[in-house]
Amino acid sequence: MTADKNTVANRKVICDVLLEHAKMDKQITVLCSDSRGSASMTPFADAYPDQFVEMGIAEQDLVSVAAGMAHCGKKPYAFSPACFLSTRSYEQCKIDVAYSHTNVKLIGISGGISYGALGMSHHSAQDIAAMSAIPGMRVYLPSDRFQTKKLMEHLLQDKEPAYVRVGRNPVGDIYDEKNCPFTMDQAVILQEGSDVTLIACGEMVKKAVDAAEILAKEGISASVIDMYCVKPLDKKAVVEAAQNTKLVVTVEEHAPFGGLGSMVSQVVAAECSKKVINIALPDAPVITGNSQEVFAYYGMDGEGIAKSARQALFAE
Amino acid sequence: MKNKELKKLAYELRQDTVDIIMAGGGGHIGGDMSIMEILVELYFDQMNISPENQNDSDRDLFVLSKGHSVEAYYSVLAKKGFFPLQEVKDQFSKFGSPYIGHPNNKLPGIEMNSGSLGHGLPVCVGMAMAGKRDGRDYRVYTVMGDGELAEGSIWEAAMAAHQYHLDNLCAVIDRNHLQISGNTEDVMGHENLHDRFASFGWHVIDVSDGNDIDALQKAFIEAKNTKNQPTVIIANTIKGKGSPVMENKASWHHHVPSQEEYATIMADLKKREEAV
Repeated sequence: MTADKNTVANRKVICDVLLEHAKMDKQITVLCSDSRGSASMTPFADAYPDQFVEMGIAEQDLVSVAAGMAHCGKKPYAFSPACFLSTRSYEQCKIDVAYSHTNVKLIGISGGISYGALGMSHHSAQDIAAMSAIPGMRVYLPSDRFQTKKLMEHLLQDKEPAYVRVGRNPVGDIYDEKNCPFTMDQAVILQEGSDVTLIACGEMVKKAVDAAEILAKEGISASVIDMYCVKPLDKKAVVEAAQNTKLVVTVEEHAPFGGLGSMVSQVVAAECSKKVINIALPDAPVITGNSQEVFAYYGMDGEGIAKSARQALFAE
Repeated sequence: MKNKELKKLAYELRQDTVDIIMAGGGGHIGGDMSIMEILVELYFDQMNISPENQNDSDRDLFVLSKGHSVEAYYSVLAKKGFFPLQEVKDQFSKFGSPYIGHPNNKLPGIEMNSGSLGHGLPVCVGMAMAGKRDGRDYRVYTVMGDGELAEGSIWEAAMAAHQYHLDNLCAVIDRNHLQISGNTEDVMGHENLHDRFASFGWHVIDVSDGNDIDALQKAFIEAKNTKNQPTVIIANTIKGKGSPVMENKASWHHHVPSQEEYATIMADLKKREEAV
């Protein structure tokens, strides 16, 4: 499990999986809100115009129409930038998808701070909290291209609502073609250690792996957990790792409230008395910059995570 | 069913609706009364829907976008045989009941949950689009309130329905001119409603008496015969229709009748049923 220079963004992987399956399954339908380009779905729209719906810049309608289609047997995938999908159409996700229990897969693209310098309007730092609070909504943040593929293949087989968030840019590989262990709704234990547990989701998994490497050189042994399934959270994995280490560190590209950190903290507080620290974006508009610059600034890169873990461990 | 029977039925079901409200101690009586002929004409004359075919892929689909008129909807679905009326009366709004104050699609006959306004039309656009793409000949209907038209999502859906030529979609506006705070034109006006929908590319049918079965029947037939564009029926109804006690009174939006008012209303409804 090594990092390399991957050039394929997770959104492109989603398009490839849907392209492959749409050939056989004519009920698969992709809906976009003038977002086919940013969703990497142009090849799908071109290949399967009868299975593609353009809704225009109307995110509320995007989600409700997807729900209506799902009610009539379609398998809709509604794509929109995560910032709009999770807030502009939040009530449609809550009522028409989750409450009415329609088989809609909501795909939030360019999530977190992927849009960098475009500002807070284009950042989705609240989507995990918002979507997780909806009864019946599952929330997934796959870490790399191989896991994204596995996740999508599983989602194609079920009939339940789900929200998937992926970033805009390619992320370093965590897995490879032959080695991508995946069981639906079970976290992936990337490595086991005895000092600190790093739990991350989405793009932050790679940063946690980087941090673990830095810590290892200093003689600090870290467990690393890829919690792509934020909801339902794999509580067993959290508790086992917490019990075997002195400290739990969560890392997420999200506001500090209501996301992975909050959920992990709830579980650890209830099940075992271990210290938990949460690394996340600030409760404020984020500083201008590309995502790597912003991650470094807020201590969300390998160095920053290692530093926070080290400080918290020595404070114990 | 002949039109005379449908007209009688509308008054019979109004009485059931008032009983449901009294039993549950709550409800939206004004709008329940104004949409009754629309629901009766749809469920007992126009739509291909029954408990027997409720799972068929070719059934007609209905979404009550103004979900707060659920008591009228319950009385119609009970009469159609989807569930027993007595069960609704026993359980409406009670602890643990499936008969809640807005449509609940865990109940037979109810396609989608609603309650928050502005959801029905967009969902129906999706249903109509799926029908077109799958080559099915079902029709999709929704009833919206006139106050509801202030929701922006309605107009997103209006655009899409035209863009995709959804002639299998028919929306009905319960144009009773009243909403919870008062006259719709004072709250957020809908002047030239006909022109607004027409400019969005819809076929618009004005029904001057939206509580008249004959007129509604004609409008729904015209909608079925309209090709290449969606149809909206603007049904000019009377809020609280059925008894002078509540007709055209905004305060009856969700008023629960006193025992005295109940007796008067039921007597008025019975009288009008017999007068048909």
